[in-house]
Amino acid sequence: MNKPVMTSMQRVLTTLSHQEPDRVPLFLLPTLHGARELGLSIKDYFASAENVVRGQLLLRKKYQNDCLDAFFYAPIEVEAWGGEVIYREDGPPNSGEPFIRSLDQIKALEPPRPAETPCLRKVLDAIDLMKKAVQDEVPIIAVVISPFSLPVMQLGFDRYLDLLYEQPAIFWNLMQINIEFCVAWANAQVQAGATAICYFDPLSSPTNIPRDLFIKTGFPIARQVFSRTKSPIVMHLASGSTIGILDDIISLGAAVVGVSAAENLTEIKQLCRNKLTILGNMNGITMRHWTLSEAEDIIKNILRQAGSGGGFILSDNHGEIPYQVADEILLNIAALVRKWGIYPLDWTSV
Amino acid sequence: MDLVEQVTDFEKALLSLDRLAAQNILVRPPDGTSILDYLDNIVVPALEEIGRKWSSGQVALAQVYMSGRICEELVNQLLPAESPDRRNQPRLALVVLEDYHLLGKRMLYAILRASGYNLLDYKRMDVDELVERTLQDRIEVLLISVLMLPSALRVKVLVEKLAQAGAGVKVIVGGAPFRLDDQLWREVGADAMCRTASEAVTTIFRIWGGVR
Repeated sequence: MNKPVMTSMQRVLTTLSHQEPDRVPLFLLPTLHGARELGLSIKDYFASAENVVRGQLLLRKKYQNDCLDAFFYAPIEVEAWGGEVIYREDGPPNSGEPFIRSLDQIKALEPPRPAETPCLRKVLDAIDLMKKAVQDEVPIIAVVISPFSLPVMQLGFDRYLDLLYEQPAIFWNLMQINIEFCVAWANAQVQAGATAICYFDPLSSPTNIPRDLFIKTGFPIARQVFSRTKSPIVMHLASGSTIGILDDIISLGAAVVGVSAAENLTEIKQLCRNKLTILGNMNGITMRHWTLSEAEDIIKNILRQAGSGGGFILSDNHGEIPYQVADEILLNIAALVRKWGIYPLDWTSV
Repeated sequence: MDLVEQVTDFEKALLSLDRLAAQNILVRPPDGTSILDYLDNIVVPALEEIGRKWSSGQVALAQVYMSGRICEELVNQLLPAESPDRRNQPRLALVVLEDYHLLGKRMLYAILRASGYNLLDYKRMDVDELVERTLQDRIEVLLISVLMLPSALRVKVLVEKLAQAGAGVKVIVGGAPFRLDDQLWREVGADAMCRTASEAVTTIFRIWGGVR
């Protein structure tokens, strides 16, 4: 017998407690699609908090999504430090030239104050408006880039890897500055009304650095941020692999982990069952050309591997649906979750 | 020490970032072996193995990057940048197309230099500028690195413009969108795709008519 219909918040909280809600929660994260809904360019869309709120509310209604996504674009955090953001018409804004041109700049860096920094203020205003609109019925997910991954944009990836391996004192100096910013930015968003913080930390993935280096760097940095952040945390490695560090992520106290489409979801479910909720793992790149029947096969396969017992939220594997994914495909995904994601997932044992 | 052991030890030295050990292995070619054959026998297989291990999740991207960098430094001592002994065929260029993420190109540059190639580094370009430079420099193999999907899709426009201009260039693509969608390189009309930077050496040989 089916369970009574839950609100999105009830559905998500139930799955986070490793129980089965009425159906599998869906976190579609079409950050950019709100611009299309409002007939705006991506640049104009992100110019105001009101646009993003209207966009998110329209998208939620359209796809019956179980969250509102308060993420604007990754380089908003370097914009806050005075870095350049470059917009394009068909995808997310990019960060321009790294703003730390010389390592000598690092010791004089002052972290931006979120409430006093216009681009971050805009995000806080959006969260505040979202909260007023949905109250406690829908979780609002806000995002921070981890102190450990932010230097990819602050310095450029190659220069950052050189720093990480060869100049530990300067690396840790930068980390202390970034940690203070990250904690302040996370808590400002929580205070504005965010339900959870998505800690976006691709560099910590075993795809990008070996685990022994993670244990000496990304791990203690995450522990500092997690212990000071006043909300549940989603650890997201942005389509990087997670399997080699899942126990570490569990020990950090994360509530949710975003996992890669390239990973074995059955193995991840075994490692995470009753300990860590899995978020994933639809491939946003191939999603562009999914037919209805392909989407059905993929979603059924994901639910079969990871849906049972709760502790699972269906989402893409990167934390952002590409702008090139058509509305029709997203509507198919939303419909398929309502068709196959009703608990109990008895069909998976047939 | 036989060649297989040398390659294994060299790879081990690279993955543990032990420059000195790597330098002690890559000393000079044995008598009768050209410098390019020497690189083909030791550096190229070691980097290819590291690339394979990254693809299968056994090593991390940072290790691939640092390995390439160490090799580039060591090979530059054996084969200086302007040496006439470097490989000049085919005429190669590499570029980041329309996005701002340069690590993939940096790794590719290091690996191709460490394999003895001369190549042009176009840094970051948009489509029209890249068509113009490719024609002007009579590039025969163009290696394109991207991180973002919209940039990957722009390769299609680039390939069409290169064809309209009569350029006989072969286009090799690489980067995250191509790894996540293994048919994307065909969709955008590229001649080949590399899953790792170190696959580029073999791929260049293959599409340029050689065999490795």
